[in-house]
Parts: sequence; structure tokens; C-alpha cells
Amino acid sequence: MIGYVLEVAQAALALVLAPGLVGLVRWMKARLQNRRGAPAWQPYRELGKLFRKEVVVSSNASWLFRAAPFVVFASTVAVTFLVPILAVPLPFDGVGDLLVVVYLLLLGTFFLSLAGLDPGSPFGGMGASREMTVAALAEPTVALAIFALALSAGSTNLGQIVARTMTAPGAALSPGHLLAFAALFIVTLAETGRLPIDNPATHLELTMIHEAMILEYSGRYLALIEWAAAVKLLIFFSLLGNLFVPWGVSMALTPGTLVVAVASLLAKFVVLAGAVAVLETRIAKLRLFRVPELLSASFVLALLAVTSSFLLR
Amino acid sequence: MAPAPLLLAVMLAGYAAGALAALAARGALGRGLVAGCALVGALAGLLLGAVCLGAGLAPTFTASFLPLTGLALRLDGLSAFFLILIGVVGAAVAVYGFGYTEAYEGRYSLRWLGALLNVLLLSLSVQVMADNALTFLMAWEAMSLSAYLLVLTEHDQPGTVRAANWYIAITHAGFAALVAMFLLLSAGELTTSFAAMRAASLAPQVRDAAFVLALFGFGAKAGVVPLHVWLPMAHPVAPSHVSALMSGVVIKMGVYGLLRVTIDLLGGGPAWWGGLVLGLGTVSALLGVLYALMEHDLKRLLAYHSVENIGIIFIGIGAGLMFQSYGLTTLATLGIVGGLYHTINHACFKGLLFLGAGSVLHATGTRNMEEMGGLIKRMPRTAFFFLVGACAISALPPLNGFASEWLVFQTLLGGSAIPQPEVAVIMPIAVAMLALTSGLAAACFVKAFGITFLAIPRSPEAEHAHEAPRSMQVGMVSLVLLCVGLGLAPFAVVPLLGSSLAGLGGLAPTAVAFTLALPLHVPGTFGQMSAPLLALGLALLLALVPLVLRVLGADRRLRVADTWGCGRIGQTARMEYTATAFAEPLRRVFAELYRPSRDLSIDFHPASKYFVQSIEYRSEIHPWFERVLYDPLLHGLRGAATRVRRLQGGSVHLYLVYMTLALLVLLTVARWRT
Amino acid sequence: MRLFSKIFQVGLATEPLPPGGADVVRLLHEVDARVRRLFGRAVAVRQVDAGSCNGCELEITGLTSPVYDSERFGIHFVASPRHADMLLVTGPVTRNMAVPLLKTYEATPAPKLVVAVGDCARTCGVFQGSYAVAGSVDQIIPVDVFVDGCPPEPTDILRGILAAIGRR
Ligand code: SF4
Repeated sequence: MIGYVLEVAQAALALVLAPGLVGLVRWMKARLQNRRGAPAWQPYRELGKLFRKEVVVSSNASWLFRAAPFVVFASTVAVTFLVPILAVPLPFDGVGDLLVVVYLLLLGTFFLSLAGLDPGSPFGGMGASREMTVAALAEPTVALAIFALALSAGSTNLGQIVARTMTAPGAALSPGHLLAFAALFIVTLAETGRLPIDNPATHLELTMIHEAMILEYSGRYLALIEWAAAVKLLIFFSLLGNLFVPWGVSMALTPGTLVVAVASLLAKFVVLAGAVAVLETRIAKLRLFRVPELLSASFVLALLAVTSSFLLR
Repeated sequence: MAPAPLLLAVMLAGYAAGALAALAARGALGRGLVAGCALVGALAGLLLGAVCLGAGLAPTFTASFLPLTGLALRLDGLSAFFLILIGVVGAAVAVYGFGYTEAYEGRYSLRWLGALLNVLLLSLSVQVMADNALTFLMAWEAMSLSAYLLVLTEHDQPGTVRAANWYIAITHAGFAALVAMFLLLSAGELTTSFAAMRAASLAPQVRDAAFVLALFGFGAKAGVVPLHVWLPMAHPVAPSHVSALMSGVVIKMGVYGLLRVTIDLLGGGPAWWGGLVLGLGTVSALLGVLYALMEHDLKRLLAYHSVENIGIIFIGIGAGLMFQSYGLTTLATLGIVGGLYHTINHACFKGLLFLGAGSVLHATGTRNMEEMGGLIKRMPRTAFFFLVGACAISALPPLNGFASEWLVFQTLLGGSAIPQPEVAVIMPIAVAMLALTSGLAAACFVKAFGITFLAIPRSPEAEHAHEAPRSMQVGMVSLVLLCVGLGLAPFAVVPLLGSSLAGLGGLAPTAVAFTLALPLHVPGTFGQMSAPLLALGLALLLALVPLVLRVLGADRRLRVADTWGCGRIGQTARMEYTATAFAEPLRRVFAELYRPSRDLSIDFHPASKYFVQSIEYRSEIHPWFERVLYDPLLHGLRGAATRVRRLQGGSVHLYLVYMTLALLVLLTVARWRT
Repeated sequence: MRLFSKIFQVGLATEPLPPGGADVVRLLHEVDARVRRLFGRAVAVRQVDAGSCNGCELEITGLTSPVYDSERFGIHFVASPRHADMLLVTGPVTRNMAVPLLKTYEATPAPKLVVAVGDCARTCGVFQGSYAVAGSVDQIIPVDVFVDGCPPEPTDILRGILAAIGRR
């Protein structure tokens, strides 16, 4: 019973924390640009405002345009039930493994891209085309990183991976793990639309990927999509944080360990957010046709990760 | 046991009656009879398969009536599975065909179309039950020829004859390989029963030769790269319901044949067999989807996706063969089950997609995606059905494509059980390529659905499109339900598939204790997944989110306005993103493979080069294996043919010499043999 | 590394908003309390150049610089009017821009605000009477606040925006 409660609590925590995480990255970036910046809780205000605004829908759009935000949001939230954020093992662990997580996120991307094409705006089409390109090219890296993790843990189920790494701490420092971490970090940047693949702060339509797709959205639809994007960032951060450095995740499900879990989760988030912020300050956006090169580099990393964990088993 | 012969008789009679009725009756009655008889036959076949598979029976039938002595039929689990496959798609196609062929009235020969459709279904059903080489080969040839003639239905359209020629040529090259293969297996006696072939012990070289021949023959039918060239030509030009049948079922006969021969008759082989099948599958999957991305002809795009999905099926089977050679029977069964699962899934969603494309073609009269758009408002039901098919083929949970790809993934991950350094490289690469394939497939179907159905119409034909007639919708709905059902019930489907492999080539399905519990967990492998719970969760969330928004008092105002286009006045279809543009980034990424030819010519105004009068841009890609592989082949063939023609001098004396020589040679050979 | 040591040395560059005279900003329309509550401290701004000389744009760009940093007030610029709460319009409205401006206004979901920046936006400035000019901004769409100046300073623009949302 406590497992189910925790499961819901974990999803709720993800939903609540996600906008703050985005705000944290933004705030850190502002400080690195020597600006005062908006506080980390600014995204909550923005979401709140969007939920209270009217929706304007293109006259060309069909039901799909109106349904897509809900599909995106639901599929992303569904993932939060499967990812180990606070504790393992949880009852829904067997419902979906890491492959399910990846394909659920692809489901959201698929519908968002279709929604980008729906109003017939050239920007939407451009965004959809680019988003699908990046998503497709990131896919092999993700699969291989999963493979590398699964090899040492003996399972693709997330709870298992976490539990296995905890019991055999040496695995966390194995070359396979480290390489897979690097590969997955690059994929995280690609999938969540961060620099150098996509610029979350751009205002120029021609350089956009994710933004271009959602140019037509407004009001509560936009809020759902933005929120889902924030949750996606949180999911990837938790994967990076908890799969590779599982310490802190509660296994005993007692109140004490849960408090530790929350604290360590926050610490991991701060570190990862800091890394992303520093990275985004340091590097410029890649040209779109350079992105595949970066992704193939991550692919090679992942392949090395798998072969090394294969051979070093 | 009792209903089996009856069902068999009903099935055969249904198809035969359909063929005869098509020749006899005309008009709506004729179409109705064709559809009705084919439906009866297909459902009887479906039932027959289901009864046998459910009860674990393997009835044997021997046709004893005179002209057909030598024909033998037997129904084991594998045959039963493929009978179900034929029945499912056949039934949907039959119903759909009733409405679809109405437009053919007076333009093309409906009599032959109807008759051949039934003959095709009949030969398919006989083939999967064949119990000796003769029966198999006869059914195979009947299938190939009827499919060939069906492709030729719209013979006056450009490209049709050429496509049919390619098809028949490659199919017959494959057929020749199959005849040779069966001669090897049966030591020259084609009526030898399969049981005797199973028992025969052959030299390893002979087995290898037989495997390679089988792979060539069945690969040609399945459309494996590089033997797939006929597929994207022939499938699009056939009538759409026939395309659905060809993509959904006919090419699967290659899969059936490969399993029957390599697993059942040969009982598996060395690891390189599996490696070869796996490699061919990987290449086919990737190249299929990459060429599909560049395609703007809706049906050709789907045809290329058939190459891709056959590749995925071959990946599963190849991995299975490999595990079998290492003695890992559980994983082997799992791989082949994954392949079979994907086979039936592909039959359902590709059948559905071809039927959807047929409805679009029916409504707009074009297959060119660049002339479509906005159809979601004009034909909402077809659009919805097509969307389900597109999600399924893109392997999006919780539909069926995901379930089978997940299984194939898990099998490949199981590759770590083989302690071989080659495997350590091959398996991860296969995993990565499979992942890339499914990502690209999703991109491709965003394009296919988005450009065809969304935004505003790009041509007057699309503007005035209409919803498909009722019978066509029924055909599509049945497949939609199957896509959903097969996706939700892997826990029921997988054990059933496992039992269909019972007793084949040392595969021990009992060794695979598939748990019937909700999460599908297969011992000896990695993951766990529960499709029904996943679907339930998604559905709950989808229902909850709007509810919560309403309760929390989110603003519910909605205003309709123009599409935002930076304030431009008016919007036309020419401002929309096109299919070409959508695929452009990927074309650049894979430019090495596509080698697009580009042609840009700009006409300037005579007064100044700053005023452009017209810009012409042309870009084409030519698949390289057509250039590299088939062009030299065709060239050589043509050269050889001109040289051979010299023999035909027109002189009777010369011909008499040939005949005498031939007779002499034959007599000597016969004498020498005895 | 050099970059980061420089970042560290410079520290915060953002200047606090100097108290300005009320005469710089003139409120033409009283912003009602409902709107104030609605936007809170999160305002998405879409800038529309309706035919300005780009002097005003230069100053608006200054808003996002570390010195003025509009983001600290929760004001950020967005790419689409669909995402916007406020239109920041500059320049006299030329004939060619009249319809696009109207379309942008229509594309913005309610509740929405309009801030007209620069003398041109209010009076057509030096372009007054030109054959190419359709009129000042308020002749095309309803304006909530005018910001005077040719061009107005970033702080003035910031105050204009803040006045519009009734923060100060
Ligand atoms: S107000 Fe001045 S700076 Fe602004 S647009 Fe007009 S002339 Fe240019």
C-alpha cells in the first residue's frame, strides 16, 4: 500500500518540482551572465498566468491540435510513475522498463510534431521536421545507453538497475557506466531542447526547434506543453542522477530514508542544473546540420560503453 | 478434430466459389459475391487456424482426388498461425474491396480482379498448409502469378507494366532458387513429404547450400535488401486492397518459408546463418525507412516501410537462429516469437495503412502527398484510422507495433548471454540500428500523416475529397481493433505464438515459461512490461488532466483566429511545409547514402540580375543499389540476350540441327545416369 | 576558464531601477485592477516594429542586457503573439504594417495590453504626414500606455511596461 502512495507522491513531486527546476537553470544562467535574473520560482507564475488566459486556435487546425497537449502531458506524467525519483522498488516498476520510458516520450514528441504541422504554419512544419530529426538521431544512443546499463544490472527495469548499482558500488565507476553517462548527458541536452542543440531562449523562428512547433499554442494548451517539457527535463535529470549515482534513493521506504532521498535528489538536481547552466554559458548553438555530428559522437560513446561492459563483465 | 476438415472444406469452397462468381456475375452483385465468398473463406481459414492453435492439433489432410495426387496438406502450429494471419487481413480486404472496386466499374476488368483475388487467397492458404515440396511450389507459383496479374490490373497507368515485370522477374529468380533448394533437400523427389525431409541427414555443405538458396528465394519474396527493388514499384500500382494483401500477407510468405525450411526442415544451423539473417534484417530495416523518408508517393512510402518491417522481423528471426545455434533455446524461441509477433502486427497495421491510403486515393485521385492536406476535416474517420496505423507502425505504446518491437529488443539484449566477442559488437549495433529505424519511422509517419491529413488542402482534389463508403470503413475498423487488441494483450499473444512453434527444430516452447500474469516477464531475459496497465494509466491520465483543469478553474475561453504567420495577409497552401521540406534535414544528414542530384536554374530579368523571373529547382535521389547492383546486371543480361539472339537465324535447317543436338545430349545424360 | 573568471570578477551588472519622474510616463488608460492581478509578475512581451527607424528597437534590446535586465521583473520577450500578454509597438504605423499590426493584435490571446514606445508611436514624429504612414498606433489598435522619447531610454520603457501592468 505504501508503495502506491509513494508512487503517486513521487509523480506529484515531479510535477511540482519541474517548473522550479527550469527556473533554477534560468536563474543560474542569469547569474553567469552577471544579471540579477528572475527568481527560480518564476516558471510557476508563468504557468499560473497561462492557465488563466484565453486560448486562440488557428482556423485551419483540427481536433488533433487541441488533443495533442493532453497527449503530451499525459504521456510525460505517465513516465514519472516509472522512473525512480525517490524510492525503489515501487509497485509500478514492472509496468514499464527503460524502453517503455523512451517510447512514451517519443509518443509525446510524435503528437507535438503533428500538432506543429496542423495549423499549416511554415514555422510549425519546420519545428516538427527538426524535432523529429533530432529525436530519431538520438534514439540509437538512448538504446545503447540502456543496453550498457542493462548489461551490468541484468535488467532494463529501472528499479532493478538502481538496486543493482547500490549493491555493487564499484559498477558506478566502471568505464561502461561512465561512458554511458556521458552519452546520455548529450542525449538529455538534445531531448530537452537545450544548448548546443536547441536554444530555449531564442526568439528567431529560423533557429528554433522546440519553440517553432509550439508557436501556435496559447493559454492552457501552452501551459500544459511547457509544463510537460519541464517534467521531461526533470525525468532526464532523475535518470542521470539516480541510475548512475543511485545513492540517496530510498530502498527501505521508511520516513527517514525518504527525507534523505528528497534531499539527495535536490542536491543532484542542483548539480546537474549547474552543469547545464555552465555549459549553456560556455558554448554557442550548433548549426542544425552540425547536430548530427554531436549525436553520432554520443552514439560512439554509447557503443564503447556497451562493448566495454560486455567485455569487462 | 472434428471441425477441422469441415472448416477446411468451407475455406476452399469459399475461395473457389468467389473465383467462379467473379467470372459469372457482374455489377454490384458480382462485387458482393466476390466479397462475400472471400469473406467466408477467410473467416473459415481464420477459424481453422484458431481451432488448431487453440487445441494444439496438427491434422493431416491428403488430397486423394485424381488429378491432384501428390498434393499433401498438414496443419501444424506454424501453419495455423499463418492461416490466422491470412484470414484476418483477407477478411478486412474482402469487405473493403466491395466498396473500393466500385470505381473500377467499366474501367478495368472487375471479373478478373475478383477472381484473382480469390485465387490469391486460396493459393496462400494452401501454401501454408503444404506438406510436401510439390504442393508448396505449386501454391507458391499460383500465388506469384495471381499477384502478378493483380498488379497489372491498372495496366494502362504509366509504370504499371514495368513494375509488374520487375516483380515477376525477381520472383522467378527466387522461385528457381526454391526449386533447387527443395531438390537438394528431397534428393530430387519433389513429392517427398516434409516429414521425410526433416528426418533426412544431409551433409553440412548441402545444408548450407540449401539455406543460402532458401534465404535467396524467400528473401526475394519478402523484399529483403537488396532483393526488394520490385516491392516499392509493384505495391503502389496495384489496387489498394490488393496492396494491403500483398504487403500484409504475400511478402510474409517469405517469412513463413524461411521459418519452415531453416527451423523446421533443416532444424537450425551454424551461427552464421542467424548472423546473416540478422545482418540482412538490420540493413533492410534501416535502408527501408531511409528510402521511405524520401518518398512523396503515399503508397510507395508504405511499400518502403514494408521493407523496413520485414527487416525487423528478420532481426527477430536471425537473433533466434543465432541463439539456437548456441543452444539457448529459450532465447531462440523468444526471438522467433518476436519475429512472428511483428509479422502479424505488421500485417494488421500495414494492411490498415494501405487501406487508408486507398481511401485517400479513392477520394482525391492522387498518390502524391504534396497534393493532399486538410483531409482530416474532409474524411475524419479515415484520418483517425490512418492515425492509429501510423502510431502502431511507429512503435508508439500502447499499440501493437510497440509490443513486438519491445520483444525484439529484449531478445537482442539477451545476446549478452553469448560469450563471444563478435556478438559483443553485432548485438549492440543491431540494437542501435533497430532504435534508429523506429525513430526514423516515427519521423516518417509524422510526415506521412501530417502532410496528407493536416493543415489546408494543397490541391482542388484534396479540397473536394469525401469520406470513404461504409464498406471500406468497416474493413479499416476491423484492423484498427486488431492493432489495439494485439497491442494490449501481449501476455496472451506471446504464449500462443510460443505454442505455435511447438516441436519445430528443437525449439522447446515448454522451456519458455511465459507467465500469464499481467506484466509480461520472460525468464532468461531482461525486462518487464505490462501493456494493459500502461494503456490503462495513459487513458486515466488523459481523462484526468482535463477534469483537473476544469475543477481548478482554468480559463476555458477559446477563440478561432488565423494561423499566425508574422502578420502576413492571407494564407495559401503554398506557404505550408511540404513533404520534401520535412525530410530535408534527414536528407542532408544521410546525403552520403542518398547522393541527391540537385539542379538549380534561375532566370534573371534582362534588365538586372536583382530581379528574378523564375527559379527552377529539381532534386532527385536514385537508390544506389539500383545503380550499383542492378544496372550492371541488366546490362550484362541485355548483352547476353543480343548475343544469344544470333542463334535464332530463321533457317529451318539450323533449328533441326539444334533439336538433334539437344536430343543427343539428353539421351547421353539419361543413359549415363542409369 | 578565462570566461568564468571574468564572470566572477564582474559580479552583478544589473542596476536598480532609478526613481524617475512621473512625467516621463504618462498613463493614458487606467489599467484596471483585474489585469494587474492576472499577470502578476509574469509578462510575455511581443515586440512589433510597425515602421520605426529602429532607434527604439536599439533601446528595447538594451532591456534584456545585464544592466537593465527586464527579466528580474518577470518580463521576457517571446517569439509569437500567441504566447504574449503584451504588445510593444514602435514607430509610426506605415501603410504596409497596418494590417499586420491588426493581425498581431488579433492573434494575441486575451487579456492583453499594448504599450506604444517612442514619439513616433504617439504622434508619428518626424514621419508625420508622409504618404507612407497610416497613422499613430492608437489609430489602429487600442493602446494602454504611451512611452515618450525619441528614442526613450530603456528605463523609461521598463517603467512604461511596469505602469501598464500596474506594478509600480
Ligand atoms: S521615436 Fe525616434 S527612435 Fe523611435 S522610431 Fe521614432 S524616430 Fe525612431
